[in-house]
Amino acid sequence: MTAARITPAEKAALREPWEDIARQRQAVELGMWAFLASELLFFSGLFAGYTIYRSIYPQAFWEAGAETSLWFGGANTAILLISSAVVALVPRAARWPGLGRFARAMLWIGALLGVAFLVLKGFEYREDFHEHLWPGPDFKLHAEGAELFFSFYWCLTAIHAVHLVVGICLLARLAVAGARDPGWFTETPAVQATALYWGLVDIIWTVVFVIIYLPGRGG
Amino acid sequence: MSDAVLDDTSLPHDVSTFDKGYLGDGHTLRSWLLTTDHKRIAILYALTLTIFFFIGGVAIALVRIELVTPAQDFVTADEYNRLFTLHGIIMVWFFLVPSIPATFGNFLLPLMIGARDLAFPRLNLFSWYLTVIGGAFTVYVLLAGGVDTGWTFYTPYSSIYSNSHVIAAAIAVFVAGFGTIATGINFIVTTHTMRAPGLTWFRLPLFVWAMYTVSVVIILATPVLAMALTLMMAERFFGVPIFNPQGGGDPILFQHLFWFYSHPAVYIMILPAMGVVSEVIPCFARRRLFGYDFMVYALVAISVVGFFVWGHHMFVSGESPYANLVFSFLSFVVAVPSAIKVFNWTATLYRGQITYEAPMLYAFGFVGLFTMGGLTGLFLASIPIDVQATDTYFVIAHFHYVMVGGTVSAFFAALHFWWSKITGRMYPETWARFAAVLMYFGFNFTFFPQFIMGWAGMPRRYGSYPPEFQIYHVLSSAGAVVLAAAYLMPLGYLTWSLRWGRRAGDNPWGATGLEWQTSSPPPTHNFDKLPTVERAPYDYHPEGYVETGEAARTIEASQKGGEQE
Repeated sequence: MTAARITPAEKAALREPWEDIARQRQAVELGMWAFLASELLFFSGLFAGYTIYRSIYPQAFWEAGAETSLWFGGANTAILLISSAVVALVPRAARWPGLGRFARAMLWIGALLGVAFLVLKGFEYREDFHEHLWPGPDFKLHAEGAELFFSFYWCLTAIHAVHLVVGICLLARLAVAGARDPGWFTETPAVQATALYWGLVDIIWTVVFVIIYLPGRGG
Repeated sequence: MSDAVLDDTSLPHDVSTFDKGYLGDGHTLRSWLLTTDHKRIAILYALTLTIFFFIGGVAIALVRIELVTPAQDFVTADEYNRLFTLHGIIMVWFFLVPSIPATFGNFLLPLMIGARDLAFPRLNLFSWYLTVIGGAFTVYVLLAGGVDTGWTFYTPYSSIYSNSHVIAAAIAVFVAGFGTIATGINFIVTTHTMRAPGLTWFRLPLFVWAMYTVSVVIILATPVLAMALTLMMAERFFGVPIFNPQGGGDPILFQHLFWFYSHPAVYIMILPAMGVVSEVIPCFARRRLFGYDFMVYALVAISVVGFFVWGHHMFVSGESPYANLVFSFLSFVVAVPSAIKVFNWTATLYRGQITYEAPMLYAFGFVGLFTMGGLTGLFLASIPIDVQATDTYFVIAHFHYVMVGGTVSAFFAALHFWWSKITGRMYPETWARFAAVLMYFGFNFTFFPQFIMGWAGMPRRYGSYPPEFQIYHVLSSAGAVVLAAAYLMPLGYLTWSLRWGRRAGDNPWGATGLEWQTSSPPPTHNFDKLPTVERAPYDYHPEGYVETGEAARTIEASQKGGEQE
């Protein structure tokens, strides 16, 4: 049994029914991957619908795509990619002796970048409302299918934003709990799991960026 | 938590000599509502699902009363729509989908693999709360006046026209769905990481395999339903025209997303039932399960192919003929592993020492009804026949044979088979056998006439109908009375047995699974000493093995040629 020598930090991170922190870490990671698979299927409903309608109304999607704000979309993509790089440092750093504070600082930076994303998104939404890009009677564009593009724009970005809010809360929670109990922070599998979730939220966004902001640009 | 002694006086006199196991670990409401013990959470689920089962049952009882006469005279057409919708939503999402996994899976999975609990006990409790919150929304819908879209929530009726509580009902399903996903993740991780030493994948009992495969289906299919419902709600609430032709959308997309979940959902209901039956039949035939490896491959094949047959619900929706062809072909393909399972259960019986305890009777009921449901499924998988039978009672009868005849029979098989493990008591055998036979009889009485009237053209979801169908509807409603009695009986005698039932001992059936190696009811930590596994499962009659317990008594009695009851 490996359970013979358990450090106090490991003891703080162990949860029922586990007796071995390495095994618990394996389990949490596997669980998070399974959850991410589930999340991918959740978004795939939207992606499938988008793909079908885009193949039916290619021209309208082209025109409507040009109405999105590439500036907001591009800035937000950059912000999330930087946050991804920052959060990706955390799982290694958290376990590295002496880098606990650094890891928690990275968590806060990741969370703040997430908040910055949401703030920009809010300004972008305001602009969209002013330009009558909400599907309905006042809708700006007239091509059949353009309303559909913006239906997906609103649904994709809003559902992504909900995930981002959850992600920000998870990062902040980890940073706060880690500051309270640095020993727990070095051992808990929650660090890896949170970083994985943040990675998914960012990857989803890169797909959203490509299919929402890039149609109708250039060529 | 130490043993509370709140109500010991109310228990029978010899309680001091009876180890109540996990049931004795706290008697307060708090000790139940905040428990992380998988066995207690299983009980919480069982109670919740039982309540919903009876609410859904009352709804359909009112429908069956309405259908006794051809005219619409007992409830209005609008009330009728709300009743069958409520029946469908509750029975699918608040009984059938969670039924076996959340109760028996929860209780047995750790015991069967020799673990102390599921991988994430708090997540497990959380998933129960999600189910309860979803259930609360459903009760709200019920009290507020119901929802009339049918359980399928088809757009654009649900998203634009319906004047009923669509959003609350969709939220109910959405939330409960995430409860199921949480359970699925828990089961997958538990099976991967917590097996006892020596318990290799191909030594797992088939019930564990069934829980594992069903969990994979759950986590991959349920989120798609969640998205379909989210988009439907977005359309209803915010007016985004995703399924609305006026904005260029297509209502058929909703049907695709819906059935991408709801066809695998049939397998979510039936795979656990197959797992139960694969435990029960070897035990009461005293034989190793025939073709274990192929039983595993069949489960995996069903869960994979099951993802690619959803289009057979939409043959008449204007789907492309080429798509129809592929979906039809794959629907036939998925019947192959199902048939392998039926043949293997049958072959397990060959030269077995078969005894007819209640779980075995229920398991036989499952095999018979599932076979009927499966074979009529082949009728519906062929496009010309489906075009004739679409939206008729033939379809209703078919899926009730699979989902109710199959899953509910297996649920009761499991309930009787593991009752002694869960409670430490035996159920009364004679009553249970009677209920099992009555359920089989009542079920066929209710649903067989529906095949006939459906074939003759009686459409589903109508409260009034031409008088020539009355004879079948009267038969069906009369059968429903028998079926209701058969469902109520276990509620009575099982409750009775909690107090007056015979003490069961740890392994009354002489069964081989690890769950039988611990005491009944099991202690909170499941095993005093974690087991190791050295044999394949279903090792009935290994060399030098002597039958014990109930099985020995049964064999002895049958050798004497007498009845053992």
